[in-house]
Amino acid sequence: MESMLHITTLHYLVLGAALFVLGVIGVLTRRNVVIVLMSIELILNAVNLNLVAFSRYWQGMPVRMGGGPLALHGQIFSIFVITDAAAEAAVGLGILIAFFRNKETVNIDEVNLLKW
Amino acid sequence: MAPVATPFFFYLLAGIMLIGGILVITRKNAVHSALALIVTLLAQASIYLMLYAPFVAGVQIILYAGGIMVLFLFVIMLVSIERSMKERQFNSQWVVGIIAATALGGLFIAVFTKGKNIFPDHVLSVVEDNNTQEVATLLYGQYMFAFEIASLLLLVAIIGAVVMAKKRI
Repeated sequence: MESMLHITTLHYLVLGAALFVLGVIGVLTRRNVVIVLMSIELILNAVNLNLVAFSRYWQGMPVRMGGGPLALHGQIFSIFVITDAAAEAAVGLGILIAFFRNKETVNIDEVNLLKW
Repeated sequence: MAPVATPFFFYLLAGIMLIGGILVITRKNAVHSALALIVTLLAQASIYLMLYAPFVAGVQIILYAGGIMVLFLFVIMLVSIERSMKERQFNSQWVVGIIAATALGGLFIAVFTKGKNIFPDHVLSVVEDNNTQEVATLLYGQYMFAFEIASLLLLVAIIGAVVMAKKRI
């Protein structure tokens, strides 16, 4: 009970892991391409949560170990991940529009032109 | 300022995030999924605030909830959802999905139970007043090169999205 009432880094990591698993389930089982892309966003957000939690963790570490209040590297990295997510969403949705124009569907099972 | 009632807000926001995530991967209508994802992203922005990362929280709201999700909703509007709503929503890979999720979840649980003692509690005396300033100092100092590469990546993504979505090049 005591460990439940005191929020540590581990709590954030568990939450991130749960979100990651949800995103993986969505990517593997859904047939709608739009929802698959949203699940990828869920995965990226889970990673971001981990990065920010670790950044917070390192801020409490001693400076001689690389920590200290200025150790914001995890937050910087999460900003880069958000940039990547924006680029990925733009290109992915562009591909989706091109695909929809050719096949008139958003079903991912019909993306099989390269299937042997 | 010291945080107030941290456990309560953490579990509240974590519950909102998990329920939103479950709704994202189970809803039939893609618009409902997008709205659930927005709720998840906003709750995550609040969790960033709890982690003393106000700049990342602002970026999360502006870029994700304001930018990427609008893009998603536009694309949902462009592709017709009536047909896809009548179809089967889950493919036949659900066995693989459950196995992969169980393996991944088991792996995470194993790692967390083993690594529980790596993360000791420590008193954090960090003031977040100048968080944005410190992030900017790092971003334009130590991470300058990566920052420029990121801008190049965005340029490539812009061109790529236009080329992909254009009818005839």
